[in-house]
Amino acid sequence: MQYSFEMRKRWVEDIQIFFDEMRDASGSPREPYAQYNDWFSGEDPKVLLKKSSEAEAFFRKIGITFNVYGQSEADERLIPFDIVPRIISAREWRSLERGIDQRVRAINAFLHDIYHRQEIIKAGRLPKEIIANNAAFLPQMIGVSPPGGIYTHIIGVDLVRTGEDDFFVLEDNARTPSGVSYMLENRETMLQMFPELFTKLRVQPVSSYPQQLRKSLSNSAPPGMRNASPTVAVLTPGIHNSAYFEHAFLADEMGAELVEATDLSVVDGYVAMRTTQGYQTVDVLYRRVDDEYIDPLNFNPNSLLGVPGIFDVYRAGNITLANAPGTGIADDKALYSYMPDIVEFYTGEKAILKNVPTHRCSDPEELTYVLDHLKDLVVKEVHGSGGYGMLVGPAASKKELAAFTRKLKARPGNYIAQPTLALSTVPIMTKKGLAPRHVDLRPFVLVSPNSIHVTAGGLTRVALKPGSLVVNSSQGGGTKDTWVLGD
Amino acid sequence: MLGKTAGGLFWMFRYLERSENAARLLEAGWRMALTRSDTADTEWESVLTTVGARTLYKQHYDDYDAANVINFLLRDKENPGSILSMLEQARNNARLVRTALSREVWESTNECWMTLKSDLARPVPDRDLAAVLSAVRYRTAVVRGSLHGTMLRNDIYDFTRIGTFLERADNTARILDVKYYILLPSAAALGSSLDNAQWETILRSVSAYRSYRWLYPGDINAKGISDFLILDQRMPRSLAFCMAKITSHLQNLDQQYGVRYNSHDLADNMVLDRKRHSVDTIFDEGLHEFLVERIKCISQLAAQIETDFRFYG
Repeated sequence: MQYSFEMRKRWVEDIQIFFDEMRDASGSPREPYAQYNDWFSGEDPKVLLKKSSEAEAFFRKIGITFNVYGQSEADERLIPFDIVPRIISAREWRSLERGIDQRVRAINAFLHDIYHRQEIIKAGRLPKEIIANNAAFLPQMIGVSPPGGIYTHIIGVDLVRTGEDDFFVLEDNARTPSGVSYMLENRETMLQMFPELFTKLRVQPVSSYPQQLRKSLSNSAPPGMRNASPTVAVLTPGIHNSAYFEHAFLADEMGAELVEATDLSVVDGYVAMRTTQGYQTVDVLYRRVDDEYIDPLNFNPNSLLGVPGIFDVYRAGNITLANAPGTGIADDKALYSYMPDIVEFYTGEKAILKNVPTHRCSDPEELTYVLDHLKDLVVKEVHGSGGYGMLVGPAASKKELAAFTRKLKARPGNYIAQPTLALSTVPIMTKKGLAPRHVDLRPFVLVSPNSIHVTAGGLTRVALKPGSLVVNSSQGGGTKDTWVLGD
Repeated sequence: MLGKTAGGLFWMFRYLERSENAARLLEAGWRMALTRSDTADTEWESVLTTVGARTLYKQHYDDYDAANVINFLLRDKENPGSILSMLEQARNNARLVRTALSREVWESTNECWMTLKSDLARPVPDRDLAAVLSAVRYRTAVVRGSLHGTMLRNDIYDFTRIGTFLERADNTARILDVKYYILLPSAAALGSSLDNAQWETILRSVSAYRSYRWLYPGDINAKGISDFLILDQRMPRSLAFCMAKITSHLQNLDQQYGVRYNSHDLADNMVLDRKRHSVDTIFDEGLHEFLVERIKCISQLAAQIETDFRFYG
């Protein structure tokens, strides 16, 4: 998506220019990038370009590929990697960390409430219909209390930045956020390619994530478990799943078994995996299979990816599922606009992280506004993900705008709209040198009954086309290593 | 360990071993075709028979043209026994059992597949054949090297080794069986140069031409070859060596799991030693009959291992 001058002028109303995280308007490096910039000025761009292609060979070798749905199965693709790091200062990170911690606490309290007493609805802070008519609300979870009271053991909060201190939450990934293997492998790659940078800058490490994950999952084991110490396993849909690399990677790094549904059975009221020595009970299952497919007896009866009866074991408190079924209600786009209220309701504090102002198209007045301003807005399908089923007004053709007008009129409740944010940019390495591209950030959060742990880093996704705002890997986005500096 | 993982490790290494063996057979066949064009057809046919692909080949081609056979065995996607198909199977199994492998073993397997996939993307010209076949042996050797150098000596290792040696024993038995008639005393009596070349091919297909020379001074002869490939414990591709390895790894599993498995009993019965066997008794019994019985036992043992260790649900 290219932006003409006219486009920029039209939709960047408040901010005259995109916020570049590396350099200010005068071209001088901002503080977190000062040392990196010094180093970079002394490097030969040709050598750096060569490093870029080395990185690609490295990723192919370790097999960190993904399959794009709808494309040939044999076609394993790499997510492009850019060698310029995205750098965040210690001060900026502290504030994000506080905001994330608060938001994650609120989400878990909300999930417990919404599947139990529903106080937030009784208090009139959330309309009843938004839950009642929501496909992401799982009636089977009503009255079920997960072991340790944790719903979202793993969360990835998608953030975007528009200015010095302006971070917005774009989306709370409370179901099965992916991408953490890229955070870890990107760092490994950078350590191998630019060791000298890590001796100059105090970059906080991310490598303990798998151990933290294991600890966090173990701490969430059911109190009445049979094994002396918790047996953790990762459930994958199989080697043809687009994120299989990540499933295998995390299991391997944690020292946990990687299982498919065919390896699991319900035996005497517990979930057990078929080992070379017979069945062994699993206490914590980090499942990368969606709710709908996890148990053909309790959910989609046609699922071949699930374990018949696993949900009954869960309800009886004999296994921990991470994340709990039904957490999708917390990151549903229809609820997104209520998040500041939700945070305030459960924590008693004002939300630290900002929400993007959101128009709910189910409201007739809002719908009229959205239809009148379609070319300035981003319209999202309430249940969509991965950048599919989305309209970016300023970049859309007349035909696309007309098509979305029809869709909005037909099913207004299916959509929300937001102003097009002036996403910050970070430079990428191109043949012509550094060039700014839009980015977002997904920090990874681990939640257990004892703690909330935010890894100092995350996945920075970057739109590789000039001017593009779509960072999704399925839409041609790339990734960067994310550096959080120490004090 | 998951039963599925044990099965994946077993098959990953069977496929790697089988690819390597196929590369050796092709190399020996190719050498034969170059030096003795008159017997090339028979040679190619016996290569196809050894890898169990003759019937499938005949469905696609009418003659044993070298280019067709080579392409079929190297890279034909229709042929599940082509080197390319098998390396892909090996890599798929490696992906399946990724968590049981060290990073080195996984990466070397992945690189093996990536390299050969690219080398075999197009038909291989005659002048590149040697290099491609050598790449197969080299790449699979790197996997084996990483296995030895980086993996724990636990049940994971045992399953990879059992897969390797079952496959290797089966391969050696088949090579001998396909050529058994040239090893018979009546054929040996002829002592012609043709037989010498045939015997040489057998040794080359197990990478043992030189080592035979070292261990068995004098002329190459049928009994010497049979002894070397069946009973010699020093020869890493002999049936005796492979069976000893299999029983020792099954013994390890018994110890780790605290159970004696049926497969261990089966394997014990298949052990070959000079106290109980000699080439003369084998020849008296009938070499062909002996080998057919061996091949059958190997496949029964594989099935028993599959059951004992719950490879499938």
